[in-house]
Amino acid sequence: MTNVMSGARMVVQALKDQGVEVVFGYPGGAVLPIYDEIFQQNDIRHILVRHEQGAVHAAEGYARSTGKPGVVLVTSGPGATNAVTGLVDALMDSIPLVVLTGQVPTFMIGTDGFQEADTVGITRPCTKHNWLVKDTAKLSETIHQAFHVATHGRPGPVLIDIPKDVQFATAEYTPMQKAKVSHYQPKVKGDIEAITRMVELMETAERPIFYTGGGVINSGPAASQLLREFVAATDFPITSTLMGLGAYPASGKNWLGMLGMHGLYEANLAMHGCDLMINIGARFDDRITGRIKDFSPGSRKVHVDIDASSLNKVIRVDVPILGDVGHVLEDALRLWKARGRKVNKAGLAKWWKQIEEWRAVRCLTFTNSSKVIKPQHALQRLEALTKGMDRYITTEVGQHQMWAAQFLGFEDPNRWMTSGGLGTMGYGLPASVGVQVAHPDALVINVAGEASWLMNMQEMGTAMQFRLPVKQFILNNERLGMVRQWQELLHGERYSQSWSEALPDFVKLAEAFGCKGLKVSDPADLDDAIMEMIRYDGPVIFDCLVEKHENCFPMIPSGKPHNEMLLGDADTQGVIGAKGAVLV
Amino acid sequence: MSPLNITKGSTSHSAYDLRDPNAEVIETHTLAVLVDNEAGVLARVIGLFSGRGYNIDSLTVAEVDHTGHRSRITVVTTGTPQVIDQIKAQLGRMVPVHEVHDLTVDGPAVQRELALFKVAGKGDARIEALRLAEIFRANVVDSTLESFVFEITGTPEKIDAFAELMRPLGLREMARTGVAALARGA
Repeated sequence: MTNVMSGARMVVQALKDQGVEVVFGYPGGAVLPIYDEIFQQNDIRHILVRHEQGAVHAAEGYARSTGKPGVVLVTSGPGATNAVTGLVDALMDSIPLVVLTGQVPTFMIGTDGFQEADTVGITRPCTKHNWLVKDTAKLSETIHQAFHVATHGRPGPVLIDIPKDVQFATAEYTPMQKAKVSHYQPKVKGDIEAITRMVELMETAERPIFYTGGGVINSGPAASQLLREFVAATDFPITSTLMGLGAYPASGKNWLGMLGMHGLYEANLAMHGCDLMINIGARFDDRITGRIKDFSPGSRKVHVDIDASSLNKVIRVDVPILGDVGHVLEDALRLWKARGRKVNKAGLAKWWKQIEEWRAVRCLTFTNSSKVIKPQHALQRLEALTKGMDRYITTEVGQHQMWAAQFLGFEDPNRWMTSGGLGTMGYGLPASVGVQVAHPDALVINVAGEASWLMNMQEMGTAMQFRLPVKQFILNNERLGMVRQWQELLHGERYSQSWSEALPDFVKLAEAFGCKGLKVSDPADLDDAIMEMIRYDGPVIFDCLVEKHENCFPMIPSGKPHNEMLLGDADTQGVIGAKGAVLV
Repeated sequence: MSPLNITKGSTSHSAYDLRDPNAEVIETHTLAVLVDNEAGVLARVIGLFSGRGYNIDSLTVAEVDHTGHRSRITVVTTGTPQVIDQIKAQLGRMVPVHEVHDLTVDGPAVQRELALFKVAGKGDARIEALRLAEIFRANVVDSTLESFVFEITGTPEKIDAFAELMRPLGLREMARTGVAALARGA
């Protein structure tokens, strides 16, 4: 039976075959044939965003909260260029996305046609891989390959640029099973000798630590399960990067909290003082390592990563293991059990005693106030009032993001969506839209700062149109809080351009969008307002006026090692040298 | 701040002393990269080098398998051992890349480059240029009464040496292909 159809229909057919239920997009001239096909079917839902950047972040939120690839459809030229920030965001955080862009017809490529841009050229370093499809006969196979590449190995965004004449032309459809994907098959099983070496080190280590990252989440729920079992069985302490929160439950007894620049004191000091570091699916980011030459100087290091280019990139490790986190954990756990479940009990007991001393510092302590809402307090109340609910959190980027990571507890993977690697302000609101699309009945909260939130606030229109009851929890300090903090610490308190002037009235803004606005400035009203936000059946913009000059602590200043950490009340003047000031 | 009480060196040191940190030697490596011959593949490879700040000393590319649509990129690069390892890993994870071979460490390899030299001169200089060309086994591929174009193949070092000798004898222009390389043996 021949299966000849237009390129545009192929796109929709291929998406259906790939199990796609939702596409985030925005139409335009170069994708009209595909939109025409979308109009004539009911299997795939299209979420119309208000800006292409919003489409990509929404797809990221969808992908991170479901483990499935997010799909985006935008037009040529500005549609594609607007999507670029989201592509890089997904690339840095290893989020699987398939982005389809329209392009001017093949015969017009290179003539500076209307809404023409060299999309594959622009996005080549912004994607895991991209394709310009010039022949309809190759279109369906390319789409299937794109899904394969996006979701295998280290996940990431891929892009397919489809000229308009390719969408109109007809050809034979290649079903998913017949698409050639054989040559891209990244290795998932780790080398058993290296895994044995890792287990040997675990058996004798006096001061071990698990340092886990987004790779555990990306590997799937089974990996998180194995990690939990391994931690429970060995009684090793565990810390995680920003991206890996939720893989091990925050209520777990071995949990040290997040590590890194704004990580917890006990987590960072344990990293500095350990004798065995087991990195599982993290990448020694500069927010984690601080000064490289002083990073955990006395430890042997094991690194499990599916991406060979992550191994020995920043930190040289003793035991690199190339493979999927889930597969490696499974082998390691089995091997460790088979060898008699050995750990260095005496060493561990001493190690935990030391960690308890660090915990006793209570590094997240802040001075609360009865007059003004402290941002940390607002998050503590949000945590207390939403704990146990079917809750998903997204964030924007800045102080509020770090406070959210410190004060909110994540019990499960895929519940925490934040822009880690790229640090994209404007990520949280569209991401919350994408999460809510995937989980219509869940409580989806975007913890935001007012400045970040304004960057993509147009997406409230999307939330309204599709009845997505996302809660926008804005910690409003009328400042670019993190910029202000750095200017205080590094630039002689010269607060250059770091305040938010002419802010909108968020309550009126909510009303203008047709949703609910809440404003609270008195700590005594906070709980009631949060409950009102949760109970309201629809989107809410929550304007929480907080202390304007609160700094986010603990903090490892740029260019400093883990053991030179600033706690809340430290005198922060002159702590960062000229060399540190150069770093971001 | 509470002082740290960490006993350092209770176990032997890590990773950091796998290579002497002070010996940040710059090495030159020749890499052979087998890729799908698809649109933009060279731009991908070059973009990787420029985007991540790696060096390209020489780069050649041509299709070597017409039926399989495979191209072979030979790239000569310099960097610290860690950077060279990164380059190989970064190349290896690109979707259209099938194989990455480091011909510098994999074993003995032959490296050849082809170059064309235009040398103009009269009298003794012209005779001397021709005599040196013979010693270097260069071929004359174009000749006028006042000039030669020599074709020479060899290692980059041999071509450098030939260029140095031709310079005082009237070297006008030269074109080099960049290095092609293969591992020795079967």
